[in-house]
Amino acid sequence: MAILETQQLTYTYSIGSPFEKTAVDHVDLKIEEGEMVGVMGHTGSGKSTLIQHFNGLLRPTSGKVLLDGQDIWADKKKIRDVRFQVGLVFQYPEYQIFEETVFKDIAFGPRNMGLDEKEIKRRVLETAHDIGLKEELLKRSPFELSGGQKRRVAIAGVMAMEPKVLILDEPTAGLDPAGRDKILAHIKAYHERRKNTILIVSHSMEDIAGFADKILVMNKAKLFCYDDTEKVFGRAEEISEIGLDVPQITKVFVELKKQGLDFGKEVYTVPYARDLLLKHLHGKAGDGQC
Amino acid sequence: MLRDVTIGQYFPGNSLIHRLDPRFKIVITLIYILMLFTGSNVVCLAVGAVYTLIAIYLSRIPLKMFWKSVKPLLPFLLITALLNILLVDSGDVVFKWKFLKITTGGINISVFMIIRIVLLIMGSSLLTYTTSPITLTDAIERLLSPLKLLKFPVHELAMMMSIALRFVPTLIEETDKIMSAQKARGAEIDTGSFMTRAKNMISILVPLFISSFRRADELATAMECRCYNGGEGRTRLRQLKAAPRDVVALIITIMFYAAAIAVSIVYKQLTK
Repeated sequence: MAILETQQLTYTYSIGSPFEKTAVDHVDLKIEEGEMVGVMGHTGSGKSTLIQHFNGLLRPTSGKVLLDGQDIWADKKKIRDVRFQVGLVFQYPEYQIFEETVFKDIAFGPRNMGLDEKEIKRRVLETAHDIGLKEELLKRSPFELSGGQKRRVAIAGVMAMEPKVLILDEPTAGLDPAGRDKILAHIKAYHERRKNTILIVSHSMEDIAGFADKILVMNKAKLFCYDDTEKVFGRAEEISEIGLDVPQITKVFVELKKQGLDFGKEVYTVPYARDLLLKHLHGKAGDGQC
Repeated sequence: MLRDVTIGQYFPGNSLIHRLDPRFKIVITLIYILMLFTGSNVVCLAVGAVYTLIAIYLSRIPLKMFWKSVKPLLPFLLITALLNILLVDSGDVVFKWKFLKITTGGINISVFMIIRIVLLIMGSSLLTYTTSPITLTDAIERLLSPLKLLKFPVHELAMMMSIALRFVPTLIEETDKIMSAQKARGAEIDTGSFMTRAKNMISILVPLFISSFRRADELATAMECRCYNGGEGRTRLRQLKAAPRDVVALIITIMFYAAAIAVSIVYKQLTK
């Protein structure tokens, strides 16, 4: 059974005013447990609105959101439990930090869950390790840390609730390449260890191609496609048409195909492309056509 | 939710009221308020009401918007009315029960107060609805400029006002964002007991203060980079120029004021 499902999900902002706008339009979606999903879409395509429905921050204008097959709005009072099961990390999450120490800030979510001190401590230590924060940092004030470290503290604050589904809205925005790679590597390792479901919104196709099993593309409030990474990048031209970029390496191979060199497969990561090209060149060498 | 705050919201437009010189608009509004508060009877307010409705009609702003600005003050209005009804003791007794006594005088005064305050809110909303905050502070700076002779920091005050106004929407947006982020971590903000809610306010206020200080710092740097060093010798992009219509609007307002006074004197003599 799908862990997260939407049925005809629609959300309209400021109904009845001149600013009325439908941000999510009849979206049907099924996300299976344990998947790593990349979410793509233009600014204003409705992806941020969509993900805020998954943990009940926004209530659908019409349609349903199902978590484990249960309508999350069936009992309004239980919506807080949904937020513990579906963790949402906003864009630039470091602005939500407020406690005196890193430890306390990471513990804020678990404490709201009503866990006992021992369990809180276990979770804080574990997530700090997962996201690559050294233990001595936990006693420091979060406001003394570097930008990348703050970002990781904020992400850890959501991870520590140990949600079944973790959603990250552009977790690497505004970071330098080293900070970006570090965060993505930690998230990937966390996913491999815990096998939970993760959704990552990103503008960087290179990043998405590197980790996602599946890709969800939003366009003009509608679901454009939701499919395996390979198949989505297989529609490279359509994706370019709606104004999104495919990874550069995919572009190279699309051009190669036009020139008559067809590998019959979609290529979206550099290591894979290297293997493919090497094999091809060796094959040619073997034919003696070099 | 937070976005629905309308006080001080500007509705861009090109009506006659929109085009009036903001300095005149402020002076006119002051005369209008004076008219409402010196008028001591219902007839006087009727003149004020006619004046308000004409001005609203000319502004082309839907009447609904004015209701929106009155609505948040309704509880306050009702309490004042209730106190007036119960405490004023003059005229005939309409209703009596133990120590409670309602008199015609009390009813008159409470109705009178409600109309006066509603007119006051509508009139001042008309000023902010039709004048952008920036031109408004420009006008205040110009009107207060004689105080410069007394070493009063007029320019600095106006600059602070326009910066404050400029950042209201930004801060509302920011608060919304931080609230969502803390809610996602299970903070009870619109549910839960009063104490937990109060405690959770800290999780919103601290980040909000921090980002405000950061913004202030960045803004100050940006201003210095553009060589801002106070109002001395600063010229303006938009010069305020009074047109004949501004003078006409001012004269009409004064005439209304005079009419209100005249009508109320006649009314007093008739009811004597």
